[in-house]
Amino acid sequence: MKSTIPWLIAAVAGSVVIAAYFIPAAQSWQDAIGQWFEVLAAVAFILGGANLCLQNLQKISARQAGWGYAAVTLVSFVVTLGVGLLKIGVPVEDPQHPWAGSYQAEGSAEWWLFEYAYNPLVATMFALLAFYVASAAFRAFRLKNAEATLLLLTAFVVLLGRTYAGTVLTAQVPDEYSAFSIPGLTTIIMGVFNTAGQRAIMIGIALGVAATSLKVLLGINRSYLGSGDG
Amino acid sequence: MTCRYALWILAGSFCLIWTTARAVAQPAGVGPAPPHDLVAADHPGDNGNAIDLKWTLSGDDHPDFKPRRIRAYRIDRTLIDEPLSDDAVLESFEVPYGVAQYTDRRCRPSAAYRYSAVAIAVDGSVSPPVATSGETRAIRQWFDSSRTSFAVILVIVCGLVIFYTERTKAGKSLHVREIAALTAMREAVGRATEMGRPCLFITGIEDMNEIATVAGVAILSHVAETAADYDAEIVVPTTRSLVMTAAQEAVAAAYLAADRSDAYNPNNIYYVTDEQFAFVAHITGYMVRERPAACFYAGIFYAESLILAETGNSVGAIQIAGTSEATQLPFFVAGCDYTLIGEELFAASAYLTREPQQLGSLKGQDAGKVLAAAVLVVGCLLKTAVVLRPDSAGPGEWLKFLMSTCLGGD
Repeated sequence: MKSTIPWLIAAVAGSVVIAAYFIPAAQSWQDAIGQWFEVLAAVAFILGGANLCLQNLQKISARQAGWGYAAVTLVSFVVTLGVGLLKIGVPVEDPQHPWAGSYQAEGSAEWWLFEYAYNPLVATMFALLAFYVASAAFRAFRLKNAEATLLLLTAFVVLLGRTYAGTVLTAQVPDEYSAFSIPGLTTIIMGVFNTAGQRAIMIGIALGVAATSLKVLLGINRSYLGSGDG
Repeated sequence: MTCRYALWILAGSFCLIWTTARAVAQPAGVGPAPPHDLVAADHPGDNGNAIDLKWTLSGDDHPDFKPRRIRAYRIDRTLIDEPLSDDAVLESFEVPYGVAQYTDRRCRPSAAYRYSAVAIAVDGSVSPPVATSGETRAIRQWFDSSRTSFAVILVIVCGLVIFYTERTKAGKSLHVREIAALTAMREAVGRATEMGRPCLFITGIEDMNEIATVAGVAILSHVAETAADYDAEIVVPTTRSLVMTAAQEAVAAAYLAADRSDAYNPNNIYYVTDEQFAFVAHITGYMVRERPAACFYAGIFYAESLILAETGNSVGAIQIAGTSEATQLPFFVAGCDYTLIGEELFAASAYLTREPQQLGSLKGQDAGKVLAAAVLVVGCLLKTAVVLRPDSAGPGEWLKFLMSTCLGGD
């Protein structure tokens, strides 16, 4: 019973969404299900917030390793939530309705936190990608075997072909043989071999999504519900 | 000589006066030729909120006219069922020159509308209007006919999955090829147990409405059962609250199935944040501090895939990843020890449980792939025939049928 009712809800909701794709009259039902999902997610967010506080408070009270980070997390959470809820610093445009302004309005404390604290931190994390790409490429392109050698050569051609150097290096190639220039080879590699591989993977993923959705709808796979029966 | 100059001046003045008079005599604001044959009809196979309009271009709207005389067409819509309601107010849409059709997608189902169209010249003058002959209603159809081909493909694929599932339930045995990444999961958990370090499981950064996240949670339940068997610690930080509750349920059930419910620690499955890079910062920080011995990534990942995989690699963890995002697969292949490619992510649950009904769905997927491959081969052959025999109409027609009718493309 514990997994049957959630499965029934999932099956009905999933069937309605599929039906709405083909039956225009059912599209309003799909919208209603979408709204229900939003309501559920909003309620679950309270659960998530409570879980975040509980986890970090436990770490602080037990003085676990790295409890300082937990304290920073909690303070940041409370400050951001409080500043947003109280709309601190939100410019008052209409004196009759002083609370009507958006909490993210330019000049507000929430906007300042996002602009000068959160966004730089996100940009820093994202910037790490450049270094990680270099380290991953270094490892992936090592000449370990024949496949790795082929990968290295292909990557070398594509990298050159995507830069002006590739054009300059093969500028002497006549137009009728332009397919053998580095930019030409890059176009062939990306347009034929890479696209073919990508599409094969995409077809497999689409079929996998269809089969898994069907298993969820039919209740064949309920392990995501914690039923423990497969 | 003087007489000759006087004659020239006289002739020039005459020309100037004649040209000016002609220009003044041209009536200002005379509009362009109107469009004609305006026809409105219900848009087929929709929710009853669209009407198709077609007309014949104005006589002044021709590509050879340089400079162009027509700037646009204005379509006016009137609701004639309820003349006193707000919707009865005239609504107008503009379409650019040279376009002779428009689909009005802001209609109410079954309401009666009347349309009129005018041509607008470059100087802003407007042609006399042309109207539809009667009222037009947008009718709500019960089936979207433009999606028939997709419905047929869906029925075939789902039918194959159900057929093979039933066959397997009836006792037909199936051979499933070995998937190295899934075989290595037990080994990875065993390694974590030996080293006394935790296993880290990430179910992606999307919510439970994504089927790849559902597949990730299904894999989690099997990894958790192995961890419970081996008495290894499993940690599951999540980026969505709903995923956290689903993961807690799945892991609790897995510990119960392994008869180790006393070892289940709900605090190890927790919510971090919905924000992508804040989540990444937490996970990478956790990896560096706690140095998990095994990292599992199963679900939907975007730019964070490489950051996670490289950080896990730097702490020496054995890493197994699977994602439905084809663009992120190369990063996982480069950074992880094993990668579930494409549909392997969705096959994992069946592979790990070895339940006959789940294995049957794998066979159904394979049959779907054979079907897709057959369509690909037929399409390639037809395209080749079109290139080699451009004068022959047959292959072109068949290719068009395959592309537009069967696959619903352009």
